[in-house]
Amino acid sequence: MPGFDFSNYNRNAALHARGVPLPKATSTGTTIVGCIYDGGVVIAADTRATSGPIVADKNCEKLHYISPNIWCAGAGTAADTEFTTALISSQLELHSLSTGRKPRVVTVMTMLKQHLFRYQGHIGAYLVVAGVDPTGTHLFTVHAHGSTDKLPYVTMGSGSLAAMSVFETQWKAKLTQDEAVKLCADAIEAGIWNDLGSGSNVDVAIITPEKTILKRNYIKPNERTQKLKSYVFPTGTTAVLNEKITIRKQDIGNFVSITDLTEAEAGDKMEVDT
Amino acid sequence: MEFGTSGCLSEDGIHVDMDRLKKGEVNLGTSIMAITFKDGVILGADSRTTTGAYIANRVTDKLTRVHDTIWCCRSGSAADTQAVADIVQYQLGLFHMMNGKPPTTQTAAAIFQEMCYANKDRLSAGLIIAGWDERHGGQVYSIPLGGSLHKQPYAIGGSGSTYIYGYCDANWKEGMEEADAVNFVKESLKEAIKWDGSSGGVIRMVVLTAKGADRHLYLPDTDYKVRHEN
Repeated sequence: MPGFDFSNYNRNAALHARGVPLPKATSTGTTIVGCIYDGGVVIAADTRATSGPIVADKNCEKLHYISPNIWCAGAGTAADTEFTTALISSQLELHSLSTGRKPRVVTVMTMLKQHLFRYQGHIGAYLVVAGVDPTGTHLFTVHAHGSTDKLPYVTMGSGSLAAMSVFETQWKAKLTQDEAVKLCADAIEAGIWNDLGSGSNVDVAIITPEKTILKRNYIKPNERTQKLKSYVFPTGTTAVLNEKITIRKQDIGNFVSITDLTEAEAGDKMEVDT
Repeated sequence: MEFGTSGCLSEDGIHVDMDRLKKGEVNLGTSIMAITFKDGVILGADSRTTTGAYIANRVTDKLTRVHDTIWCCRSGSAADTQAVADIVQYQLGLFHMMNGKPPTTQTAAAIFQEMCYANKDRLSAGLIIAGWDERHGGQVYSIPLGGSLHKQPYAIGGSGSTYIYGYCDANWKEGMEEADAVNFVKESLKEAIKWDGSSGGVIRMVVLTAKGADRHLYLPDTDYKVRHEN
């Protein structure tokens, strides 16, 4: 039976009962978007991961693999988006192997919504599901509680408002691939600049019936540049008031004992429970 | 049954209960309705779904097919109502295959009620089931929050419905022609959308008759006057 291990939850609850504050989950306070165009679908994401007010990762990956022609963009709790997409990806591969058919986007959407609904929103995964399958091009959003939407363009995460304002002003019914990529990248950039939870770079995935092109760090608008001045202090800047050596190198043997192990004692072979 | 602070009338009057929804849950603050007319039934709905103050989807389809000529209007939690409708759609599909004939609207409504009542403390789902079948023609059933089942000549639901009880009572007539019935649903929903902040967007309709399902779409751009392609 696939599912989650809740032992950490019990540990955290026990610690919390003794007055220890609960650990903060790393959240992908995020901007993710998706857009259908004539001939395929594009999804994009920013690359900032946050833990409260701290930037936990400046260049994380929020575009998740489901199958070669189906990809997911994830917002919400980083661990939850990572593991639910991995879990569904695994189940989908087995499903496709047993049916002998190419996986479909609706299948992924249904599996995700049923999984998330079962956990009543405790799995904080907010996902944009996109892909091309034998039935056509599809784009969905899946919320943590298990509700889904089907739209030609979608945004999610804390930067979804900034990103949606770009789509609502620039989107048109007929788009070329380049226009769709530009539109998605612009929407993510709106999130990067205007949403505190989003930042760093733009990742893009273009899915067509032929192939998927993953453009990691498609735009890097926040490159670290060389500092104008060197802040290295020259040796001797700090005054030495006194010097005292308590252990000399030749005296180290007085504090540490070194014993050579015989071959039997050495852990050459890994012990495996029988 | 427990009698908590939620879902009841407080001393100062009507208490709109928003605590039933879990935090951050997608809500269908809705205007939905279904009516019977001469040849069958018509379902109608607005298209707004919200997460708090944000409109998560402005062109939502709240009219869901559970069988060829049995559909439902969903209100309450989007996740809950989708989950229930998906299960019922599966059950009715199975029913059709096992019995070799399509299920009646009453059967569908009974399956819906079973789910809504058995899981009443875990669901926030207000549903209207409407369908056409060979035996009974057009029928409308309403399943409000507690999981009770009511057969009605017409039903309205969702947060926007409170504004149109008077309008519907004054204007609904038994055995209307299709054009008049469509117009009645449209005008009712227009009024609900106008007064209810949680309702809005486009008006969607489904007409269920012996000929099958026919979808309508009306946009606010044209003041809901022109029927658009779907």
